[in-house]
Amino acid sequence: MNFYAIRAIYLHEMDRMRRTLFQSILSPVISTSLYFIVFGSVIGGMIPQIDGVTYGSFIVPGLLMLTLLTQSISNSAFGIFFPKFTGSIYEVLAAPISSLEIIIGFVGASASKSLIVGIIILITASFFVEMKVQYPLLMAFLLILTCLTFSLFGFLIGIMSENFEQLQVVPLIIITPLVFLGGSLYSIDMLPEFWQKISYFNPVVYLINGMRWSFYGISDFNIWISVTSLVAFLMVCIAGVTVVIKKGYNIKN
Amino acid sequence: MNSLISIKNLSKVYSNNFKALYNINLDINKGEIFALLGPNGAGKTTLISIICGIVTPSAGTVLVNGNDIIKDYRLTRSEIGLVPQELTLEQFENVFSNVCYTRGLYGKSPNPSYVEKILKELSLWDKKNSRINELSGGMKRRVLIAKALSHEPSILFLDEPTAGVDVELRQDMWKVVESLRKTGVTIILTTHYIEEAEAIADRVGVINNGEMIVVNDTAELIKSMGRKKLTIDLHEKINSIPTLLDKYSLKLINEGLSVCYSYDTQGSQTGITSLLQDIKETGLRLKDIKTEQSSLENIFVELVQKDEK
Repeated sequence: MNFYAIRAIYLHEMDRMRRTLFQSILSPVISTSLYFIVFGSVIGGMIPQIDGVTYGSFIVPGLLMLTLLTQSISNSAFGIFFPKFTGSIYEVLAAPISSLEIIIGFVGASASKSLIVGIIILITASFFVEMKVQYPLLMAFLLILTCLTFSLFGFLIGIMSENFEQLQVVPLIIITPLVFLGGSLYSIDMLPEFWQKISYFNPVVYLINGMRWSFYGISDFNIWISVTSLVAFLMVCIAGVTVVIKKGYNIKN
Repeated sequence: MNSLISIKNLSKVYSNNFKALYNINLDINKGEIFALLGPNGAGKTTLISIICGIVTPSAGTVLVNGNDIIKDYRLTRSEIGLVPQELTLEQFENVFSNVCYTRGLYGKSPNPSYVEKILKELSLWDKKNSRINELSGGMKRRVLIAKALSHEPSILFLDEPTAGVDVELRQDMWKVVESLRKTGVTIILTTHYIEEAEAIADRVGVINNGEMIVVNDTAELIKSMGRKKLTIDLHEKINSIPTLLDKYSLKLINEGLSVCYSYDTQGSQTGITSLLQDIKETGLRLKDIKTEQSSLENIFVELVQKDEK
């Protein structure tokens, strides 16, 4: 195992975060804080409690998930796409590093960045809404697993993208709508029956509910469905990234 | 000499069916400077990229120090440093971190004093904290060299290292190459400045349309394929070559004040003696005589043109 290479990639990517603190940290924190102010404090006060939880508190896990998913995907996708775009990927490909080590470096850094942003958002949320975490270990597990899984997914997007437009398509056109329609701001039970059934096909619903369960012990589904779906998606991403890296798709040819 | 890099039947066909390399066989010796020459799109960069692990070969094998570049990639890549043709650098990072990053990628423990030594040798030390996008093109080229040397490689690939750099930097760069050779580093370079290859390379290989058309010692190639040119300056201007001299295929140059004769030094008879006798018979008065060896550039052009036919 080339530990120095993993360390080099990891620190190199984390350094990018340090250089772009506004974009990496401040921007997601500000936008999520606005959600808490508008939906949590202002509108939330006029909405009745959901399963015994105030609306402001109810949306915390969903907004946390929204940030984790979009940040993990964009950090990782950009992290691998940028050197591809500038051509500096040559030194990663020419170095004595295995595919696994490349993935650990890039995905580890992306997941770390998302985790940092997630923790900052949780701290920020505590200033605006009342918040409690019923199962902190489960929450930490889901937090880390989500960051890792979607960083892997972002890595896949970054490798397969040939231009900046393709890089943005999945996060903007697919992930954001899935999160918003996945019960981040409401309970699935509040939807008409038809839309409830449609929502069952949205994988993000299970992730948000899993995270909400770790906070308040309430969920539209069994927690194991959430954990299993997240682990299954992680496996799909690992398989996808392994195949793509091994074949050198869009990089080596 | 020992073969450090051994290439056997190497081919590369890209996904769009473009044949970049076809059945390349080449051995590069330890400690030598090998110049890979060829027109644009000949396959030079593809060949280098395959050896370095950036491009996957379609067929054939490459051994570096006896190790296969695919099976034993950790061993082979650790020995190789690459200076790419394009200025591909992280623009917003500073010089020092950039070089340290490459060293880390190659599995070497951090060694700030070694990085400092390289930066000083390449006159980059005072720019160590500058961001890459603040540097000139020549400075960026130096950073690429520093990165390639950061993990102490025994083989260095220089892909068009002097493209777009000023004369001073070019000379500096060749000094660095020369000093590296003295430390035992094997250097493989591609260049469009053939006079540089002629001056610095021990051996040259000419590649065209993905095929290696010649590999030889630089001096040997020039000797075997080179022609000499005899230029005879005359006292009086002439309008045409006298009939008596037709058999020599002379060229009238310098507005009729000189004639030029090309001859093969390898031939049994150069024809110079008889030419000078025949010139005397025509009554022409000679002012000066000089000879000139055809350059590697002339030979390169001739080889490529012959291959195109």
